[in-house]
Amino acid sequence: MKKIEAIIQPFKFEEVKEALVLAGIQGMTITDVKGFGRQKGHVEIYRGSELEVLFIPKIKIEVVVPDSLVEKVVKVIQEKAYTGNVGDGKIFILPVEDALRIRTKEKGEQAI
Amino acid sequence: MKKLLSVFVLIMMILAISANLIFAEEPAQPEAGQVQPQPKLDTGDTAWMIVATALVMLMTVPGLALFYGGLAKKKDILNTIAMSFVTYCIVSFLWVFYGYSLTFSGDIEGIIGYLDKAFLGGVKVDSLQGTIPEVLFSIFQLTFAAITVALISGAYIERMKFSAWVLFSILWMSLVYVPVAHWVWGGGFLAKMGALDFAGGTVVHINAGIAALVGVLILGKRKNTLLVPNNLTLVAIGAALLWFGWFGFNAGSAAASNGLAAQAFINTNTATAVAALAWMFTEWAVTKKPTVLGIASGMIAGLVAITPAAGFVNIVGSVIIGAIAGFICYFSVTAMKPKLGYDDALDVFGIHGLAGIIGAILTGVFADPSINEAGKGLLYGNPGQLWTQTVAVLITIVYTAIMTAVIFLIIRIFMKVRVSEEEEIIGLDSSQHSERAYNL
Repeated sequence: MKKIEAIIQPFKFEEVKEALVLAGIQGMTITDVKGFGRQKGHVEIYRGSELEVLFIPKIKIEVVVPDSLVEKVVKVIQEKAYTGNVGDGKIFILPVEDALRIRTKEKGEQAI
Repeated sequence: MKKLLSVFVLIMMILAISANLIFAEEPAQPEAGQVQPQPKLDTGDTAWMIVATALVMLMTVPGLALFYGGLAKKKDILNTIAMSFVTYCIVSFLWVFYGYSLTFSGDIEGIIGYLDKAFLGGVKVDSLQGTIPEVLFSIFQLTFAAITVALISGAYIERMKFSAWVLFSILWMSLVYVPVAHWVWGGGFLAKMGALDFAGGTVVHINAGIAALVGVLILGKRKNTLLVPNNLTLVAIGAALLWFGWFGFNAGSAAASNGLAAQAFINTNTATAVAALAWMFTEWAVTKKPTVLGIASGMIAGLVAITPAAGFVNIVGSVIIGAIAGFICYFSVTAMKPKLGYDDALDVFGIHGLAGIIGAILTGVFADPSINEAGKGLLYGNPGQLWTQTVAVLITIVYTAIMTAVIFLIIRIFMKVRVSEEEEIIGLDSSQHSERAYNL
């Protein structure tokens, strides 16, 4: 089991979500997040005065998948979230020790 | 709070005593030329003025409260709204108490009115002012007094103690608005001089704009002087309500339901639209982006600039006034303010003060006697009017600047004017009101 965390451009989210569902994932959790990477911030102008906004809105997708799906899921996100511009985001892959479905007490890959 | 209460009571007592003195001096016969021999109520005029009064009320709450509130930082929005709300309430009370009387009841040496109409004493249900009930005239004027004081708050936000603002509202309305309104509209010396101010460019906007500038110089800068609007949608609603309410403000200043009111109405709309476009295109050229806040700000600049001119100029005049106001005010807030370094939070001086001055001066240029025989400007062969307008503007600026500074000195005797640094950082909503606007 692996947890895949992807931080992507908000406007790419719909595409990524649909592709992930098609790829066979069972569920996902998303969060509105703010952050910066190499892209740094951007500038907003209010009555001519420039406001530097360092943290830019992104969407973080968290999905836990069996090892067999990891490669496919990562590929789907990488393809669908891609624009080629700075700020497309990042994907992290983390090991998951165990999982438990609260309702049925199922464990491991059964639980995801 | 106790201090505030005692100051309030003290002011009331002084006024009550002076009321008796002035009563004694008041001549028995009615003022010559004030009311014509057989005034008759006009139901059309009265109906329109009731609506116009409600429209002007709408400008302060919620118009100005939302316009300013949306522009404040998200930790200061409620305090900003509260400033407009409390001012409207304070002025509503003080106006019927003594404001109306001192402004509009007779004239002592061109400076101030009498106090005989305190609590609208002697103003009967059937008393007339022109063709409308005097009671109606009184509340129409009340809404002007209220918005003038509330306008100033936009400059002071995010640092001023709420109690200090309450005291400021009381003092400024009494010591600045009332005399200046008397000079221009109540038969005082500026009126006798022939200064033209249809709906309040001098009395309302220059007055508030200068008070804003002087006040922020005394208050000092905020820790974070950046403009970080918490909700531009509220700003857009507020600006739109101001525009809507301004029809009551300007067209209502005809004090009648007639062609002049209609002319003021269309002039107001035209200048506002042109000023919004002027601001938007200027901004578009300079920063490459036309902003919603820019369009809204241009609207306000246009509304302010056409205010003194609305019932004097023709449509071409209003186009030119609007264009100049939108263009100049853009540079006043984006270039002049950063260069000079005063912390006028929401550009009350940059927009109201400056556009007010532009409007008042240009009224002296574009006043067209075929629109209103009371006003003849430079372009129609009366260069003297331009001079009169300039003098009226300068007198207002000097008086307001000095008195605003004096008022701050008076407040300082009783309390600190600014919140502590810590309170400023956590926000005035929390520190002044124990509330938060957004619990998301």
